[in-house]
Amino acid sequence: MDLGFLVFQNTSEVLQAEKALRKAGWKDIRVMGPPPEVRTGCDLVIEFPLMEELKVLKILEDSGVIPEAVVPVSSPLLKPVDLYAITDFGDYLMVRAANMKITVDKNTLVIVNISGGGCPDVPYLAHEMTGKRLDEAPCPKDIGHTLCAYALQLAYEEVGKRCSP
Amino acid sequence: MLAIVGTVPIRDFPLTHGPLSVSGPWLEIRGNRVDINRGTPALMAAAVAASQALGKESPYGFLVGDIGHGRGSRELYHFLTEHAADHSFSVMTFHYLQPIAHWNEKVINAVLSVHRPPMLIADAGFMYAAKMSGHAQRFDLFTPDMGELAFLADENAPHPFYTRGFILHESNRAPELIARAYAHGNAARYLLVKGAMDYVADRSGILEAVSEPSVPVLEPIGGTGDTVTGIVSVLIEAGYAVPEAAAAAAMANRLAGRYAQPTPATQVMDIIKQISRALGEVLGLGVSKVTHAPLPQ
Repeated sequence: MDLGFLVFQNTSEVLQAEKALRKAGWKDIRVMGPPPEVRTGCDLVIEFPLMEELKVLKILEDSGVIPEAVVPVSSPLLKPVDLYAITDFGDYLMVRAANMKITVDKNTLVIVNISGGGCPDVPYLAHEMTGKRLDEAPCPKDIGHTLCAYALQLAYEEVGKRCSP
Repeated sequence: MLAIVGTVPIRDFPLTHGPLSVSGPWLEIRGNRVDINRGTPALMAAAVAASQALGKESPYGFLVGDIGHGRGSRELYHFLTEHAADHSFSVMTFHYLQPIAHWNEKVINAVLSVHRPPMLIADAGFMYAAKMSGHAQRFDLFTPDMGELAFLADENAPHPFYTRGFILHESNRAPELIARAYAHGNAARYLLVKGAMDYVADRSGILEAVSEPSVPVLEPIGGTGDTVTGIVSVLIEAGYAVPEAAAAAAMANRLAGRYAQPTPATQVMDIIKQISRALGEVLGLGVSKVTHAPLPQ
């Protein structure tokens, strides 16, 4: 199957587009790293079946997230990290995904710390999420804008799974 | 003078530069107050504390609001490119900035083209961009954690998010990852790798390994890596050689952590309050007299 990728102006638009496509039932899309010729340093693209281009673009247009370009995949795209590191501190559990770490109080499910990362929304996410319960805190995917936010989203989902009753 | 460049997580915080000071839980810059616990202010507050311990003048700061859109970072990149020659700094430390390769290159060219170029230190987003733009070797010090070291070691990764799975983050692989980062030209002149064991390294390999005091609960506390970078920046500006400054900063940060008696829920401000005492103690001992962990084989 021929694949293409959608290029957006920034990572937050990628996250919005992914959300819109998944909501519309698209399962065979993947958030990936762009090839070197379109890389800026902190970016993602959405890989999708090229034959479905018109349908995909229609959904994105209806959602108000228009890609800057649609490009056929000619070489393998970078795969995001999918390994987690778990550290148990007794009453607290820390999960790391890539460069991002989230620590939760296992008894209250309150997020007590967020660390790691290097993009400027990391301190913003820490400010918005720390001190809140997992089910009350905003999702990094909803308020973040960068790859660090995306990594934190993965750690947030993983710690949620591990702390759920 | 030391300059520290970074962002605050406040959407409309204007581009501001000036001498830094700390008042209670606030970092102050040109009449603006920001929370010490989040982002570059933690690094700046640690640097203010370290400066006070050494009896040095306070660092100079460049701050702008950015919550991840990159707009503030772009404004600051542009300002530094235009105004690099307006100031004279001996050391410049770059921190939380949106990693944008072409802006990184412009800023490095601008700050290194002044009459007396500063020593350059990078952490966080600016370090990512320095690797991405191919200018890592123009820096004097990078301060990655283990995950970021793995990213520096992966010549194909444009961001830690894409570090390939076979390049694992385990502490015992640090020597291999350091060698790989240098082999591909993706490391600064020196590295201070922050982790369960802190490593000071250069192209020849590991120079120092610091593991005491061991305070494992520092790892989850956001900002504890930033404080190390703040302390080492001050020591380098004070004239310490980079390897000695890096080892002393690593030890002082650990000691400050121990004095704060932290839990994983502690906030970084409680550790910053202990830096002056801890750094005084480390320097009072004499850096060369402090016991180091044996180097890994």
